[in-house]
Amino acid sequence: MLLTVENLRVSYGNIKALHGLNFQINEGEIVCIIGANGAGKSTTLKAISRLVPVEDGTKMTYQGNDLLDYPADKVVSKLGISHVPEGRRLFDNLTVIENLKLATFARKDNDQIPNDVQRVFSIFPRLEERQNQKAGTLSGGEQQMLAVGRAYMSGRKVMLLDEPSMGLAPLLMMSMFDALKEINQEGTTILLVEQNARMALQFAQRGYVLENGNLVLEGPSEELLENPEVKKAYLGG
Amino acid sequence: MQLLQNLINALQLGSFYALIALGYSMVYSILMLFNFAHGDIFMVGAYIGFGVATGLIALSKMGALAMPNWLILMLTVIFSMFLTSFVGMFVERVGYRPLRDAPRASAAITGLMIGIILETGNLILLGAEQLSFPSLVQTATYNLGGIYITNQKIMIVALSIGLAFALHQFIRRTKWGMAMRAMAFDYVVVPLMGVPLNKIAAMTFALGSALAAAAGIFYGIAYPVLDPYMGVLFGWKAFVAAILGGRGSVVGATLAGFLLGFIEIFVPMIFPSTIRNFIAYSIVLLILVFRPHGFFGEPYSARLRL
Repeated sequence: MLLTVENLRVSYGNIKALHGLNFQINEGEIVCIIGANGAGKSTTLKAISRLVPVEDGTKMTYQGNDLLDYPADKVVSKLGISHVPEGRRLFDNLTVIENLKLATFARKDNDQIPNDVQRVFSIFPRLEERQNQKAGTLSGGEQQMLAVGRAYMSGRKVMLLDEPSMGLAPLLMMSMFDALKEINQEGTTILLVEQNARMALQFAQRGYVLENGNLVLEGPSEELLENPEVKKAYLGG
Repeated sequence: MQLLQNLINALQLGSFYALIALGYSMVYSILMLFNFAHGDIFMVGAYIGFGVATGLIALSKMGALAMPNWLILMLTVIFSMFLTSFVGMFVERVGYRPLRDAPRASAAITGLMIGIILETGNLILLGAEQLSFPSLVQTATYNLGGIYITNQKIMIVALSIGLAFALHQFIRRTKWGMAMRAMAFDYVVVPLMGVPLNKIAAMTFALGSALAAAAGIFYGIAYPVLDPYMGVLFGWKAFVAAILGGRGSVVGATLAGFLLGFIEIFVPMIFPSTIRNFIAYSIVLLILVFRPHGFFGEPYSARLRL
């Protein structure tokens, strides 16, 4: 077990967002959490990244480390858990290469960094062409590539992906998922949350279904794809 | 002739505004807050400079460590910038960090309160008497075809521009500077890059405070009187320069600082000096009407929230 989450509870003020989630991720897996808008998918990822505070009783363990001992920046730099946030959140005022370099801020292995930049460029050649352009001038697809590339640079034991398909045309979406598969095959464990349930379940090996802050279903992707409830609620019948 | 003479004076006055404005601008850009205690950090820096200079002169006089005046001056500037940076980091840690997610108004009044504490703390410690800054630079006046320039003014203007340039390079070229620019755009997701937000915030306060200390010492050399409230008016004016220059822009804050110096010096050439500030700041207001974001300025994300 790489990452174990027990009784994850998060509130925003008086509003309870997550009511006690339990899930595990094994090393090398691709796992997805599907659910409707507002179900708590993004909050789940933010809780793992320590961007939002969790309530007492929550337990999150990563490779035997208590995640709650780590502040957000150390989750990335010490544990190697990177996060592609909702809406990409690139630094529009920095260039492509600066966005990639910033993600290595706390890394100590300076001589490895140029190789990783080259690796990102080989996965996403468009980024190499645009490396000196401001991130704000990129197209939507290129921005998503940079968001993933940036996460790759910051740490890649685990990659948390928040709606990587959002706003992408079908073809671009396919090639994005191909790229993610490539990254996964190099040893990065992937946890993604998606509204696009079909795409996510075809990509992942296992899935969880999140409804109103509760995990209501879990199982191998093929099973969830055949599950009548999932079909009805998320796959358009 | 008078014009050129005033130009020199305007450059000197502008140097103080520019150096102080840089601290305002940097903090505003990375944390979206105005550090209204910054003018008083300038004052504290001047006093720390006074203490360091007095101490070094005494050491030198005792013969324990004979030093030429220029060396004492250099050491005073360096030590004071270093020591004042800790004052800035302390203010950030105690005053602002606990309020990072609080309403901006709370942070603003915190700054004002810290300012009052620094002023009155100084009053309690050293009394209301004005102190005169030890003279470290043997004044030499050069007559350039009727314009009188002192070596002090040349030094102050040159060092100020040099410091602003160094800061600009730091922000453009180093990874810490890159982190500051990223924070200026969207500080919420900066930790996801493995960047420790608190360290960058502390560093920014340290840099701004060090520059304010340099301004304080230069002020001490130029005027040479220090009093506990010297930072109030200077602080406000530098704040104006920071806004005028544009959020987070080193070039903007520096230019705006000099522009304020020019306006303040040149307005009395035409108008009675009693209405100097009235005219000067009406001009500033007019500029802001047409350029509400100032001359330059880093853009920032529309959604500075999680």
